[in-house]
This record gives sequence, C-alpha cells and structure tokens, in this order.
Amino acid sequence: MHGPESTLKRAALAAILIAAALAPAEAQQRYGLGQPLSERELAGWNIDVKPDGSGLPKGRGTAAIGAPLFAQQCAACHGARGEGTLANKLAGGAGTLNTPAAQKTIGSYWPYATTLFDYIRRAMPHNAPQSLKPDEVYALTAYILQLNGVVAANTEINQATLPKVEMPNRQGFKPVID
Amino acid sequence: MAMTPKRAVAGRRNFLRGGTTLALATAGTLAAGRARALDPGAADPALLPPNVPPWTRSQGAGYLNPPYGLPSRHEAKVVRVLPNPPPAFPTASRTPLQDLHGIITPSGLVFERHHAGVPDIDPSAHRLLLHGLVERPLNFTMEDLMRFPSVSRIHFLECSGNSAAELKKVTGKTAQEIHGLLSCCEWTGVPLATVLQEAGVKAQAKWILAEGADGAAMTRSVPLAKALDDALLVYAQNGEMLRPEQGYPLRLFLPGFEGNMSVKWLRRLKVGSEPFQTREETGAYTDLLPDGSALQFTFHMETKSLITFPSGGQRLKARGFYEISGLAWSGRGKIRRVEVSVDGGKSWADAQLQEPVLSKALVRFRLPWRWDGAPALIASRSTDETGNVQPSMAQVLQARGANAFYHNNAIQFWNIDANGEVQNARA
Repeated sequence: MHGPESTLKRAALAAILIAAALAPAEAQQRYGLGQPLSERELAGWNIDVKPDGSGLPKGRGTAAIGAPLFAQQCAACHGARGEGTLANKLAGGAGTLNTPAAQKTIGSYWPYATTLFDYIRRAMPHNAPQSLKPDEVYALTAYILQLNGVVAANTEINQATLPKVEMPNRQGFKPVID
Repeated sequence: MAMTPKRAVAGRRNFLRGGTTLALATAGTLAAGRARALDPGAADPALLPPNVPPWTRSQGAGYLNPPYGLPSRHEAKVVRVLPNPPPAFPTASRTPLQDLHGIITPSGLVFERHHAGVPDIDPSAHRLLLHGLVERPLNFTMEDLMRFPSVSRIHFLECSGNSAAELKKVTGKTAQEIHGLLSCCEWTGVPLATVLQEAGVKAQAKWILAEGADGAAMTRSVPLAKALDDALLVYAQNGEMLRPEQGYPLRLFLPGFEGNMSVKWLRRLKVGSEPFQTREETGAYTDLLPDGSALQFTFHMETKSLITFPSGGQRLKARGFYEISGLAWSGRGKIRRVEVSVDGGKSWADAQLQEPVLSKALVRFRLPWRWDGAPALIASRSTDETGNVQPSMAQVLQARGANAFYHNNAIQFWNIDANGEVQNARA
C-alpha cells in the first residue's frame, strides 16, 4: 500500500494545509474578527419586544396616566385623540379595512399590542427618539390602546398584561414568507 | 400627420415585424431623435457650424470642480425629486429614470426612503452587534467587517411602495414620479453568511432581526435562509463608500427583496426562531386585500419593466427614427424576455436585452422604432427566468385590489399624441 497512490494522498493533504494557512475559508474555520459582545454593551441596544413579551422592561402604566403624556409628547403630530394630523392616524378605522377608504390604524390593523410598545420605545417621539422611560412607554401604549377601545382607562399595562392584550385584527394577516 | 390611424398601425406593425435588428440606426438619426432635455432650437446660431464656438478657441478650466467631480451644469435638471406637494415629514426622493442610460444609477441619484431622516454617523464610532441564537455574540467595528473577504455585485433596489399611487388612478406624470423608487448599483460588502459563521448560528435559528442606528431604529425580520443565501453587509456603492442616505457606513442588502428590508445604518443583528413582528412588517409594508385581510412577508419584488424613452413628460418633436429604451428587472433572478407594444397591447415584439443580463439587476432593453406621427400607446412587458410574466394593471387589481398599495408591478403604458407629447396612460 506504499505506492504512488499514497504519495498522491500526501500531496493532496499538503495542498489543503497550505490553502488553509493562506485563507481560513474552510467551512468550520473562523477569521477571528470581532470582539466578544458583553451583556453590558448589549443592554442599551437590545430593545426589541416580541409578541410573547420577551424584551419588555419592568414598569407599568395606565391610559389615565398616559393621557397627559400623549397631549405633551404626541398630540402635536398625531392629534389630541390620535385622529392623525401631520403624522399617522393612530385610532379608529374599525370596519374599514374591506372598503375603498380603508384606514389602517393601530386599533383597526396592528396584530400585536407588544409592537406598539416596541415602536414607541425605539422611534418616538419624533423629536427625541429613545428618550422615554419604560413607565412612560407603558402609559402611552395604554392610552393609545384605550383610544382604540382595546383597554379601559384604569387597566394596568405591564410586562405581564401587555402580551395578553388581544388586538382586534390579530387574525387579519396571512404570512406568505416569499 | 394626415396618415389615418389604420395605416399608422399597419406601418408600426410592419416595422416591428422586421424590427429586432438595429439596421436603421445611424449616428445622425440618433442625434436628431434624442432631443430630451437637449433642445437644439435653443442654441445661439453663432455657436453653430460653420462658426467655431468659443470653447474650441480657448483653454478650458484647469480642473473642473475639484476635489469631487460633478455633472455638467447643463444637466442640472437631472436630480432626485420630492413628492409635490412635499409631505409634512419628507420620507422619499425619486430617481430620474427617464434621464439615465445603461443600468447603473449614479450614487447621487439613487432614490431615498428614510424612516427618521439621514443620520450623520462617524464610522469609527459605528458598531454592529451580532447576538441571539449564536454560539459567540460578537461586536464588530467597521475595520473588523472590512477585513472579511468581500464581494461586489450589481443589484437593483426597489421600494415596495414604488408605483403605489397608480393602483387607485393614473396619477404620476413622469417615469421618475411614478416609478422612481428604483435604482441599481454595484454594491460591495461581506456575505452575511460569512459573518454569521463567525458567530456560529444555533440549530433552532430561523429568523434574524436587522436594526438600524437611525432615529427610527428601523427593524425588519429576515429569514435565515435569505441571510445564508445572497445577503450582504454592504459598505460601498459604485466604487466608493456608501452615501449617507444609503446607510453609511453599513447597510444590509437583500438582493431582490423589497427595499426597506435592506436596513440602512445597520447596528444590530439578532438571531431568533420566529419573526419579530416589528411595526414595519405588521402596521406597515403589509399588503391589504379587498376582503380586509392582509398579506404579510411578501418579500420578493416581482418582475417588472417600463419604457424610459419615450416616457411621460417627454415629447417627440418629429416623426422618424427613435430607439425605444427601458428597464426590466425581477427579484427572483434574471430577465429572460422583454416585449414591447406600440399599439396599446394588441401586438408585441421582442426587444433586445443589452448585456450584461444579471440576476436581480436592472436590464436595459432596446427596440428600434419609426414614429409615423400618429398617436401611439406604447408599453413593455417583462418575463423572468422563473417564467413569471409582468401582469397588466387589470390583473394586479383583480389579484390584490387597489388597497394593497405595495408591490405594484403592472405594465406601464405611455400615450404619445399627434403632437408627440408623451403621457401616463392605461390601455
């Protein structure tokens, strides 16, 4: 078994080793680029909230607490009761989705209440995104849900209750994934 | 102009029948035909033959507009446009498709769509965090990312809201106004698969959340399959670093998918097992159907084409030779065929596809045509390599209705009247 075949095998092995030394492009190998990401670094940026509630911070709020905050932070663009002025209409539109004048609002269209918290926290208010404290985001979430008749004025919205809020259009989406 | 419509149609058909070669094109007829923004009637006779103009009788400027060159001042009208009237929060500008040539969109004319304006990011302070269902959560600097093996690829980028207003009624005037949320560039970056491998994706991973560093912290969920297929972490565009409005210093790029998913100013990738159900994939960028339900995760930009010359807002000044020219594309691969009609869709002729014909890139098509001066209704229709054919507006409305807003890939008709004026039209 020590013939030309084994010489060929040795040559092939040597070629592979050289290739590996030049460029670590083999499937299992890594380039060694990037630094380990610490929990501390991640904490400030890891702000997404999923429908099961994962990602929600500690805190709480009610629509009653959110109403004055909405007037102060949101009403200038969205209208006093979320009817939409410069920016999107946030409330109303129930029963319009199958009409030519469809109104896609949070109450009429959005399938998950958790998305509302996620979006306010990451992107609002327009003039100072990511400036609101968790309790303020909970309160604004509660108020906008109340404007849409989804929760009552004194319903406490928190880590446990928000994922359980059933949005009117929860069953309205057909995932295509294509 | 005395030609009857019947004879005019017959004439056009005859031309189309033998018209797939460019035998009729000569430099002289092309120069005369391609008036566009260049108006030969406006020139001072003192500048024309037999006179020798001053630019031939003097030295030119030493180095024009250094250090970064600009187009000729005579092309100052070829710019991106905002909607008219401008919205309260400007969110998009459009590419002047009717004034461009070939398939590459110059970086300064690439359409813009922002969700919180254009951030001014110091690349030394930019980081990409990769975490979630991975073996090794990682923090990358731009320097780290640019050390990975890179690739350059030519791909189109189209906003899923492109051409949306046309679903309700004929509204836009020019190709730019109607279809200008479309561009095509050479993009350079690192395959996302390479960077995911560096972190080690866990077995239960199926989706990745991509998040921007802009004031919207824009987020979309991307299927892992797409991330491992042809997704790129892009840092350069048309040979230079990304423009700020295109995501400087780093953006995700998902060839063939709706534009908003190619998240700009990319700061974070979180690997998960399910879609994250962000605002942009629930309340926005979902396609409302006539029955009130909505399609979600309609990622691909389906095959589409349009004639950019002659197109809305332009005018043919005289009968005679013109080269009909336009763009075709598909988010599912290469364009196989483009047909052109000059009789309102009654008959179609194959246009020539100009090389290169690349996957998920704009393709330039051309067809020689002789305008006889009679009104003509012209359009193009694309077919991609999967066999998908660009639908008519009636088919799009039948399938998804006028409320869908997104993903309108209907055939675009342009009406040329007897004066040569070109207008947006329906068959």
